[in-house]
Amino acid sequence: MIQFLVHEKSDNVGVATVDIKAGEIAKGLYTDTQAPIDMKALNDIPLGHKIALIDFKAGDTVTKYGHDIGRIVADTAAGAHVHIHNLKTKRW
Amino acid sequence: MNIPKFTGYRRENGRVGVRNHVVILPLDDLSNAACEAVANNIKGTMALPHAYGRLQFGEDLELFFRSIIGAGANPNVAAAVVIGIEPEWTERIVNGIAETGKPVKGFSIERSGDINTIAAASRQALEYVQWASELQRTECAMNELYVSVKCGESDTTSGLASNPTVGNAIDKLVEMGATTCFGETSEITGAEHVCKERAATPEIGEEFMRVWNAYNDIIVKFKTDDLSGSQPTKGNIRGGLTTIEEKAFGNLQKIGKKSRYVGVLKPAEAPKGKGLWFMDTSSAAAEAVTLWAASGAVVHLFPTGQGNIIGNPILPVIKLSANPLTCRTMSEHVDLDVSAILRGEMTLDQAGDKLLEMIARTANGRLTAAEALGHREFVLTKLYVSA
Repeated sequence: MIQFLVHEKSDNVGVATVDIKAGEIAKGLYTDTQAPIDMKALNDIPLGHKIALIDFKAGDTVTKYGHDIGRIVADTAAGAHVHIHNLKTKRW
Repeated sequence: MNIPKFTGYRRENGRVGVRNHVVILPLDDLSNAACEAVANNIKGTMALPHAYGRLQFGEDLELFFRSIIGAGANPNVAAAVVIGIEPEWTERIVNGIAETGKPVKGFSIERSGDINTIAAASRQALEYVQWASELQRTECAMNELYVSVKCGESDTTSGLASNPTVGNAIDKLVEMGATTCFGETSEITGAEHVCKERAATPEIGEEFMRVWNAYNDIIVKFKTDDLSGSQPTKGNIRGGLTTIEEKAFGNLQKIGKKSRYVGVLKPAEAPKGKGLWFMDTSSAAAEAVTLWAASGAVVHLFPTGQGNIIGNPILPVIKLSANPLTCRTMSEHVDLDVSAILRGEMTLDQAGDKLLEMIARTANGRLTAAEALGHREFVLTKLYVSA
């Protein structure tokens, strides 16, 4: 069963399509290429929320839909939950 | 490429419609009662009551005329009866619709009263509806359609699946040579620079930025709180959206990956050719869809997450959703369920093809969920106060 989707090959976050539990090896799919990807979840990732696909350092750019959606403000490991605690818009 | 066929109504000006309405169109709020009486007298006709048409001025008045004339001129309309309080503006509407070559006649209430006006307009409406009921559908091609797109009650399933499904269908429609249009000026905030880059030429991109800035200035002028705290909304954040850019890129999935827009339209302005167009619209569903109906769109694609239920009297609104809860609890509102994408059981390409199939079925006459449920939201956009 698919647990998260990634919009584009260049994205570095995926989006949970079910509630993912910490410690699970979550099964993902790239929607553009249909290529599979597995990721060990470090946190609970609720449905609709983002999971890191790479290790981020503070200042790194998060890419979703192939576009810059903001910068990482706290070091974030692959498999971690990405949301308002570690991702901020560059606009404000 | 293979261009799907359907049977539609080819109008006097060559444009193709997918419905065959006879509308009873009020010039102004005062004439709603007479229009509704005529539509009640003559079965198969439809009144389009609205709240405006008096003491508007300047650009707001021009938009009003464009909206009402455009609704009557839409290829989904076979013929129109116009009723207004006074003859001069009524005639302006009639003359505008008559440019399409379709049958249209105006009636004014001053010096006749409601009852005589209703009697005369009813006789005309009877003649039109009997004429229209004998019009035959003929073979048309999907690239003759003008299709508009706008989402509503979006959630993360919209950005993941239903919006990209619409985008896939838009890319295919544009490739066939159809006319398509997106808008929602304010909802592009966060992705405006990427949207600018999707223009066919730098000049068109600059024109988009001018329109976006003008809309944003109005929002900033009248806002009552700090928008940086409300975009994304609390509900968006609970659903997993973190930044305004993320929300805006989810919205922009509807225009696909390949198509570039070839022009920027004023609200309710008709596209001047084939391809993808941008129209300056509100993001409020009924207002925006009414603007597209007035610009001549004959099918609208409406992806929804949480379940927006909007319809329009003359423009069939096809709903699609990828949210399994919405598809289950509000199934009567959903024309196409694309939740299989979330399970990895359907690709975006397959979903786009399913949506094209639904467009063809709708164009052939299948009533949309919103049509069957009687959703006839006809909401005019007003730019500022009346005099």
